[in-house]
Amino acid sequence: MHIAEGYLPPVHAAAWGVAAAPFVVHGVRALTREVRSNPESTLLLGASGAFTFVLSALKLPSVTGSCSHPTGTGLGAILFRPPIMAVLGTITLLFQALLLAHGGLTTLGANAFSMAIVGPWAGYGTYLLVRRLGAPLMVAVFFGAFVADLSTYCVTSVQLALAFPDQGSGVMGALAKFGGIFAVTQIPLAVSEGLLTVLVMRLLTQSSKGELSRLGVLTRSATKRPEEATAR
Amino acid sequence: MSFTVSRNTKINALLLLVVVALAVLPLALGLGDHKEEPFTGADAEAETAITELQPDYEPWFSPLYEPPSGEIESALFALQAALGAGVLAYYFGVRRGRRQGEARALARAADLDEGGDGGGAAPVSSVPSAGSKDA
Repeated sequence: MHIAEGYLPPVHAAAWGVAAAPFVVHGVRALTREVRSNPESTLLLGASGAFTFVLSALKLPSVTGSCSHPTGTGLGAILFRPPIMAVLGTITLLFQALLLAHGGLTTLGANAFSMAIVGPWAGYGTYLLVRRLGAPLMVAVFFGAFVADLSTYCVTSVQLALAFPDQGSGVMGALAKFGGIFAVTQIPLAVSEGLLTVLVMRLLTQSSKGELSRLGVLTRSATKRPEEATAR
Repeated sequence: MSFTVSRNTKINALLLLVVVALAVLPLALGLGDHKEEPFTGADAEAETAITELQPDYEPWFSPLYEPPSGEIESALFALQAALGAGVLAYYFGVRRGRRQGEARALARAADLDEGGDGGGAAPVSSVPSAGSKDA
């Protein structure tokens, strides 16, 4: 659930746009480089974008008695690194802003910053950390996707709290309010997103071993190296 | 005839089941009952919160296009999900087809190798003489 059209004061909207733009531009470059050097990855790139499309269209009920939707950005961030998700996430947001009146053009910068930049980076960082701690791949994938989802809505809460501080309790008071609306609602949805991302990753490890080892997701299982050594 | 489901499939089904349970439980337990309008969008609630915090705030921009009704909106959301699901299904379909093709080609090559000295076991496998090209 993104910040609705016109619901950020112009200065805030512009500032978040300026903050998000370099990440998206850098992401476009990373994306063209990836497609040019590995044309065969286009299909998996499309699938990662498609996953974001599906998940951010699914409005699910939550424990707070309200609805929100997952983001689906964790999968692509783990597979292709976060810069590429900056592009795919922004495309999804643009689709929803233009056709669904969900989110908005004036709030696109802020929403891209939370869903397409902070979410993927936080998720990717968590994934790397959990892997480095020696956890199995799927555990790392779960926590990566979970954090990508939840951090997105924590950033949304911060963005709104900064724009609309409470008269008495200031930014922190407003943060508690918006956090209660967005972040708490999102917790079970982030669990769902983690599980769905694990499901897709499991299907990928069955169907696309070669691709996953090229992307570095499967290097640790060491299935790739001996094979390559004998092939070359 | 025994009907066996692989361990993999069982785990995948279990994952889906938990996701469904997480979505259904808030509804089944009536967790929205304390609200006037249960299960509205979190973004709409945020708009309400904004007007509470700053009663004089007016949204300064409105969407260029707004779906004229809830039906059209849900149609567009369904379209978004369908597009995504379609591309995902295409991806996994292509992968599966490719793997099956590879497996079949390998089996055929193995068949040809055996058929060379032992005589054709299956007529189909001995027909394509072009197969010798890549042997």
